[in-house]
Amino acid sequence: MIENTNARFRRRIVLMILLLILCILASFTLGHYPVPLKELLGILGSRLGLSIEPYWTSQMEAAVWNIRLPRVLLSVLVGACLAGAGACYQGIFQNPMASPDILGASAGAGFGAALAILLGASSVGITLGAFGMSLATVALVFTVSRHAKGDRILGLVLSGIMVSSLFQAGTSFIKLVADPNNTLPQITYWLMGSLSGVKWSDLRFVIFPMTLGLIPLLLLRWQLNVITMGDDEARAMGVNASRIRLLAVICSTLITASAVSVSGMIGWVGLVIPHMMRRILGADYRYLMPGSMLGGGIFLLLVDNVARNVTTVGIPIGILTAFIGAPFFLWLITGKGDHYEH
Amino acid sequence: MSIEVRDLSFSYGSRPVLRDVSFRVDKGEFLSILGPNGAGKSTLFRCVLGLLTGYTGTVSIDGMDARSLSVREAARHIAYIPQSSRPVFNYSVFNIVLMGRTSSLSVFRSPSKEDNQRCMWALEKIGIGHLAQRCFHRLSGGEQQLVLIARALVQDAPILMLDEPTANLDFGNQLLVLEQARNLAREGYTVIQTTHHPEQSYLYSDRILAIQDGTVLIQGPPSQVLTRQTMEALYGVDVEVVSLYQDKARICIPKHMISQEVTK
Repeated sequence: MIENTNARFRRRIVLMILLLILCILASFTLGHYPVPLKELLGILGSRLGLSIEPYWTSQMEAAVWNIRLPRVLLSVLVGACLAGAGACYQGIFQNPMASPDILGASAGAGFGAALAILLGASSVGITLGAFGMSLATVALVFTVSRHAKGDRILGLVLSGIMVSSLFQAGTSFIKLVADPNNTLPQITYWLMGSLSGVKWSDLRFVIFPMTLGLIPLLLLRWQLNVITMGDDEARAMGVNASRIRLLAVICSTLITASAVSVSGMIGWVGLVIPHMMRRILGADYRYLMPGSMLGGGIFLLLVDNVARNVTTVGIPIGILTAFIGAPFFLWLITGKGDHYEH
Repeated sequence: MSIEVRDLSFSYGSRPVLRDVSFRVDKGEFLSILGPNGAGKSTLFRCVLGLLTGYTGTVSIDGMDARSLSVREAARHIAYIPQSSRPVFNYSVFNIVLMGRTSSLSVFRSPSKEDNQRCMWALEKIGIGHLAQRCFHRLSGGEQQLVLIARALVQDAPILMLDEPTANLDFGNQLLVLEQARNLAREGYTVIQTTHHPEQSYLYSDRILAIQDGTVLIQGPPSQVLTRQTMEALYGVDVEVVSLYQDKARICIPKHMISQEVTK
């Protein structure tokens, strides 16, 4: 009976993997420069070392390999990271409203990016600035919270809110002094979140920290279940909650900072996707964690396709996720209540 | 497995909460800890469980100092059954019980099929196998308490600690849970509960420890502890203790209510 339930969840995970592959392939065939499936597979095959006589144009190959592929892969990875971090934070803070920016990772990244743009940094410099400042902000939040009296979790979350708003004020100040003809629009655009113009170099930069964060989160998923029961109960069941929480925060911060540093601020994914996955896979992190990562990847890829194709300029994806995410979340919480029984 | 507490003292800051508490519980014994609100029962409970470590004195489990055990090792010796559990997320009963297996898994592993079977066994043993797939949130308080007991059983710890297990339950469920606790003691578990029900401790437990102002007022078999003098000293109210069924049960009756009846 229990095995059946578990098998059903496993089947759903497999279905999601298939759906993700399907979405990835479909993403190439859509757009202003659609690439038919046959050509796409040929290009990918030849790039991966198969000797195939080219039946496509070199222009097509460049579009697929240099522009479309990094963007598709990055949108999947960024979605997976944001949703994974959100699921993790909701668990370790026992707070269904937690999202990846709860400890200031996004606010820090925004400040870092704005500062880098103000100082005229290159695109690599902006990514580095965002990534570094994001990590530094969470570290600062953690340090501050150690001096907070009373409940540790509450102290951490409150420090996160305070430090976030401090960095947001910093970002606003930078926008105030930024050149309105040149740097200000660039900062504003970055803050809205976008995946347009991402390159292989971006992917190479984030793939290592992302892997370093995602894998431990997958491995820790049973411990996350136990932590949601509260620190005392977890301890009595043999889980050192504060140690696991620290490890989970480090991993989540790594992946959030990586995601935000290449994509800018993309809200709602980290909050909404884990809740949607609880509907589909239940609360058990054994399925919820991989499910959230897959779901986040699929969701952001789909939304990025919309962002890419609906208008010629390309709407910043951050705006779209908010347009879709907020009403969807309302629907989730006002819908037929908590239908988690399986 | 026995547990021995010797000269345990604990203070929150400069305020002493426990002073020189000593007691011992042996394998197969069911101990009830009685005491008024604020007497230090919960603090004592948390010290023994290892949730508070800043105490003086010793807690030893089969002769080993409890503070020398890692979190995981401690969980293999003592299982904790909280008064109630309010998980934030909607876990199934089965998943809640499965969490009890965590101390026997390495950090990066998830439970296996054998762990699943062990959980089904525990649920059947407690008589709630039919609830396995239900959502924990939707169970009654009594059912939830039984689930938490099943979770403690799969932890394979020989010592069970129940924190006011009957506090939120109706009368029928109170008896059901106490019956389970008593049966487990008969099977060889060492069972410790805190409670506000002297009459039930008299009926179900083997020994009673009465705590007042952070010190042991009296401890011993129920017949020695549940007396008029002790109850009056412990709770500061005038009671009459009545013995029933050849002293198999005792009940406490507030005296002022009786005298009011008489004067009416």
